[in-house]
Amino acid sequence: MNKHGVVLYLHVHQPFRLRSYSVFDTAINHNYFDDEKNEQVFKKVADKSYRPMNNLLKRMLEKHPEFKLSLSITGTFLEQAAAWAPDVLDSFKKLVATGRVEIVAETYYHSLAFFYSRDEFERQVKMHQDKIREIFNVDTKVFRNTELSYNNELAKWADDYGFKGILAEGWDPVLEWRSPNCVYKPAGTKNISLLLKNYRLSDDVAFRFSDKNWVDWPLTAHKYNEWVNSSVSDQSIVNLFMDYETFGEHQWIDTGIFDFYEEFIGRWLDNPDNTFYTISDAIEAFEPVAEISMPSTVTWADMERDLSAWTGNSMQQEALRYIYAMEDDIMRTGDMALINEWRDMQTSDNFYYMCTKWFTDGDVHAYFSPYSSPYDAFLYYLNAVRDLRWRLHHDHHTGGLNG
Amino acid sequence: MDMNILMLGWELPPHNSGGLGVACYHMSKALALQGANIDFVVPYQAEHVGINFMTVHGATSISPDDRYKTGAYDIYKENKKDTNSLNSMRDVQRKYIQYVEKLVLSKRPDVVHCHDWLTMEAGVRAKELVGCPLVVHVHATEFDRSGSQSGNQLVHDIEYNGLMMADRIIAVSGITKSIIMDKYSIPESKIEVVHNAIDVNDLNDGYIYDTRTYKYLEALKKEGYTVVSTITRFTIQKGLFHFIKAASKAIEKYGKLVFLLAGDGEQRDELVKLASDLGISDKIFFTGFVRGKQWRDAYSVSDIFVMSSVSEPFGLTALEAAHHNNALIITRQSGVGEVLNNIFRYDFWQEDVLADQIIGIATSSALRKSLQKNVKDEYCRLSWLDVAKSCSRVYNLAAKGLTL
Repeated sequence: MNKHGVVLYLHVHQPFRLRSYSVFDTAINHNYFDDEKNEQVFKKVADKSYRPMNNLLKRMLEKHPEFKLSLSITGTFLEQAAAWAPDVLDSFKKLVATGRVEIVAETYYHSLAFFYSRDEFERQVKMHQDKIREIFNVDTKVFRNTELSYNNELAKWADDYGFKGILAEGWDPVLEWRSPNCVYKPAGTKNISLLLKNYRLSDDVAFRFSDKNWVDWPLTAHKYNEWVNSSVSDQSIVNLFMDYETFGEHQWIDTGIFDFYEEFIGRWLDNPDNTFYTISDAIEAFEPVAEISMPSTVTWADMERDLSAWTGNSMQQEALRYIYAMEDDIMRTGDMALINEWRDMQTSDNFYYMCTKWFTDGDVHAYFSPYSSPYDAFLYYLNAVRDLRWRLHHDHHTGGLNG
Repeated sequence: MDMNILMLGWELPPHNSGGLGVACYHMSKALALQGANIDFVVPYQAEHVGINFMTVHGATSISPDDRYKTGAYDIYKENKKDTNSLNSMRDVQRKYIQYVEKLVLSKRPDVVHCHDWLTMEAGVRAKELVGCPLVVHVHATEFDRSGSQSGNQLVHDIEYNGLMMADRIIAVSGITKSIIMDKYSIPESKIEVVHNAIDVNDLNDGYIYDTRTYKYLEALKKEGYTVVSTITRFTIQKGLFHFIKAASKAIEKYGKLVFLLAGDGEQRDELVKLASDLGISDKIFFTGFVRGKQWRDAYSVSDIFVMSSVSEPFGLTALEAAHHNNALIITRQSGVGEVLNNIFRYDFWQEDVLADQIIGIATSSALRKSLQKNVKDEYCRLSWLDVAKSCSRVYNLAAKGLTL
């Protein structure tokens, strides 16, 4: 009989943010990205989150032989870490070198390419796998798509591609009476297993931990450990999936998040029936209990669990349409600098910054963006799109300028 | 003419936010050239380099920027308890009136010439104190500024009182004259239409168009695109929603069009959204607020200039656009159309008509060239010297009216 296991999975990402790129830059200045701001943000988050959390994870791996976790790290993050905080990159390498930290595959650019161009999507997954092999010397076996977006088609693709596992949100309308604390098989697939995020227990930490209006605040490790234990009592695993930056950036150090998690790991392992699994371990240990079908896309975002924060308004749809319409012309140039910048612009954060739904709801504080409004974000993006067109036209004599 | 004129204004270049300051500047300069002695009161302290033809008085201690921070419409924030406060428009106006009171008591002017509601109360007060004739110059009314909405009642009241108390009224167009008669019930006999002009010398200052400023648009032009522009504040008065909808309709029929919307204002976000709702975001260029070279070059890169205003007392930008070789399309609700013939006209709500006119000009180089050339001949005839002469005539009428 296998032990009850926590499957801890953390997502690590930083985008290349666009600068305030104006009409007056278009066709003149081809530098779209705010290097200064990006470096500044990266270094800030490195201090607040990456360094202290990797330090904590390293100590936990040394202290508890059963502690394991999984990470997905985007290509854009790895580039930034190499440039601006090599020690952070080294600390991730050391974690992976223990053999108890699994790296999960995804698109290199944290993009929504799956929904707009299958060719480009596959190229980005391949790029990410190559990068992970180059840096960490490991092969990826499990796939997660941007924002944990998932549907049957994606599962089928991942199965055909050769992945052994895939991740998704354990969303009630899909699960109905079923529990997220089991391994499932995606509908219509052969060799791939599906792990579903236990969003209640994940979000207790990721979103609610420091919320003083929450009835369960303050959340102690003791209380949380009891919840996790009772959730998994007659089941196999509990999938705690969240952004890595939960630790130190979304929940600041003074909320006690680091001490809380350290204590939770210890308490969980105090029970000899409990352990931690990487995602591959969990797939190995447990046979799928049933098939799950998700015909429409489900994500881990917002109350809606959809992509509306990225693709919900017409500006976002326009921007996505323009960027992917260029694919053939861009790829034909073989100009790697141009291709990479086009890909950096595909990073989903760019479209998130254009989201207006919080403006409409009056909840402007939920708008997390380097720009003063989604309209500004859209205009800067559009001007950069035009400059890409300019470069195609001017430098490569391909494509029309099209307004 | 050797009259002493007290001009009450709210801005002068380079501290102006729009056309009012430009008009006041040129009008005063032309009057001074004819021998008038002018004291010009503004509500702020600042250097006015190059203004040596009149005496500029700063009525308060605030900077030109602070004057706009108070906002033209936050007039209900009046601080009645602290009389030294300068935090709201009403506070600044009260200080301005106090300054004018002192000024006219020390030196009685032959005529007080005030510009728009912001200074009307001060003008009325000056007339009450020393009995000098009052000329009220209407560049815009609250009905224009509020578009189709009802506007601010306090501003309406101030305008009504100023117009009633004026000995003579100058309206910048027939459209404005009609509003003054229809909405404020002022008799026609009291109102004089004096259209604004354009100082061509001011624009011929060695300016050379720099094609690099809007390099992308220049490249589109080489591809056969036509650039349609407007340079304006993005407020309800300017009718830009209809403009963008017309743009969308035009693009549907003829793709080689791009639209340059230069300026900024409270409607910007809604306009950006509208463009994306219509699926034409990449055809519309929002520049933000432009000044100097970017402002001049916006006219230069443009082929067609549209004035889409719902209510525009005059509209100096149309003349500036004509100077820079634009074909003009102007709403019938814009006063500048009264002095021009070689233009297309439409009613601000007629999106189909505007779309049609844009495509017509874009697809016929003969039409475009003749509009561009012919309107240039027309606007050259409008001079500030003529405006000054008309003002002098009005001053004389005002003075006589008072003695009768």
